[in-house]
Order: sequence, then C-alpha cells, then structure tokens
Amino acid sequence: MNEPNIGLNLTEFFFKVLLKINGHDKNIYSSSNLAELLCELEIASPHCAVALNQEVVPSSKLDQTKIREGDNIEIVHAVGGGL
Amino acid sequence: MESTQFKVGDRVFKSRLIVGTGKYASFEQTRDAIAASGAEMITLAVRRIELDKAKDSILNFLDPKIYSFLPNTAGCFTVKEAVMTCQLAREAGLGNMVKVEVIGDEKTLFPDNEATLEASRILVKDGFQVLPYCTDDVVLCKKLEGVGCSAVMPLAAPIGSGLGVCNPFNIKLILEAVKVPVIVDAGVGTASDACRAMELGVAGLLMNTAIAGAKDPIKMAYAMKSAVECGRQAFEAGRIPKKLYASASSPINGLIDV
Repeated sequence: MNEPNIGLNLTEFFFKVLLKINGHDKNIYSSSNLAELLCELEIASPHCAVALNQEVVPSSKLDQTKIREGDNIEIVHAVGGGL
Repeated sequence: MESTQFKVGDRVFKSRLIVGTGKYASFEQTRDAIAASGAEMITLAVRRIELDKAKDSILNFLDPKIYSFLPNTAGCFTVKEAVMTCQLAREAGLGNMVKVEVIGDEKTLFPDNEATLEASRILVKDGFQVLPYCTDDVVLCKKLEGVGCSAVMPLAAPIGSGLGVCNPFNIKLILEAVKVPVIVDAGVGTASDACRAMELGVAGLLMNTAIAGAKDPIKMAYAMKSAVECGRQAFEAGRIPKKLYASASSPINGLIDV
C-alpha cells in the first residue's frame, strides 16, 4: 500500500528537534541523547564538555541524558588563554 | 645548582613559571614559546566550540603528558559563571586544579574579591584545588587560605599592563601572612620584573602577555625562564642587607706604606 502523500518529509516531521546550541537555534535529526548529539555535530574531541539547561553534565552521563525540544545546550572546549 | 621544587596542591614542579596560552599568533608559536619557557603548568581558557568551523584544538599542540593544565575562568563576571566554567573544565578532562578569576571591572580587569572568595569556597567544597587570582590584599589572601584555597595569586599589576610589581611591600606582607604558596599573577612586563618578583620569595609566577606580546615571544620565553630561575636562586641564597654607606671588600690590613 502506498503511503499517502501529505506533503511532509515524515522523518523530519517525526524526529526533528529544535535546540539552542551555543546560543544558536539548530535542528537536530537523529539524536536522542547528548552523546549522539556530539556525533551528529561531528564533535570528536575528547576534551569537550556539555551543559544542559545551565547544568553541567558529567562526561560519563552524556549517553544517558536525553535531549528535548527547546533545550539550551552549551558545548565547550579548551582554548588558548592566560588571564 | 637547582632551586628547590615548587609544590602547589598535589602537584610538584621544577619550574616556578606558569604560563598562559593566549594571544599567540598560531598554535605552533604557542607550542614553541611554552617549550622555551620551561613551564610545566599552563593555563587554558574554556570557550564554546564553534560548530561550523574546523575543529583543530590547542590540545593537539600541548601534550598532557608533558604539561599540567590549569583551566581558568577568564571572562567570568559572576560566581555562577566561574563555578560552572570550572565544572565544565573538569568534565572536559582538564583536571581539578583551577585558576579562579571573577572580574569586577572591565577597564582594569581587577578582580571582584567578594565574588572570588565565594566562588573559591564553593569550588573547594566541590573537590577542586583552587588557585584564585586576587588583589594584593593581605586580609583577602588570609580569607582565601581560610576557605581552603591551595595557593593565593595576587596580581603584580593589572592584567596585560606590563607595569611590574607595583607594591612589593604588600606581596611581602602576604608572604608573611599565609602558609599556602603565593604566586604572583599578572602585570609582569619584562625579565627584570619577573626576577624582582621571585626575589621577594614568592613560590611562583604566572604570566602570558609579557611573553606572547613580545616582538620575539620565543626569545622572551627563554628570558623569563632564566629570570625566574635567577630570582628564585637569589632569594634562596639570601641577599645582603641594604646599607647607606660603603663597606670595603678588600682587607684593610696589609696596605703598603708610601
């Protein structure tokens, strides 16, 4: 049986999540937790850290931390700096 | 002859120079200048990853097997920002020793001492080894020691100013007042400033701009390495007291009769 054409990409319709990442709105398509999100954003650095809605997420719990529509996420890493 | 070791928190170093990694022209120059400085502990800042840019990291140029990291809270103006930045740094694998700075004034970059004390208190309770950047104030340094800081880091002069140690007497009073290491942080301009700070007897010296902003950062890094070593050795050797009048260093007896 053919799917009815309702004028929507079903994958996008069902799985798209709008997040605020580092101050910018960003649509996410295939991630349900923070570890998957880092993969989807192609952030491979072992030296990054994540805060979800102003709370720092332990690096050991990234894969257990679900993301939801409207979440505010900060992803940081080390940069050169002194004082 | 080697100087005594530099101990801060649970870390032990040969070099008493701590250097920042900011303001360099490239990661390669950062790597080379830091190698020339002989520093074993280096500061890093924590910032947002730029999602749409190539993600080369400064840590690809600074081997964690060689260097001990001291993440800082530069740019933080509140207790909450500073605490969260340290927690993020720890989760990013940068360790639990942190340089806490809570800025209170944009023009001078002088620290907000009240907020620095509060952030330090929270972070010590959270298991961090805290090295706070602070003004050269004896009472404040005693309070920072009292909340469990692993060292105190009074400024020599405003950050990046290159003015040298503006108030050596305050630094000496702080040295008398606290048992934790005193590290002079910020304000050094050239090698003689570094030497003079170390001659006061401080445990260590933290700098960034004096090296990164020099015409030849790598040569200045060498100069600072030598100056810190010279100053420390002179302190350990014990200088002669200053006197108003001369004191001959050749024997007075046995002079010829003419």
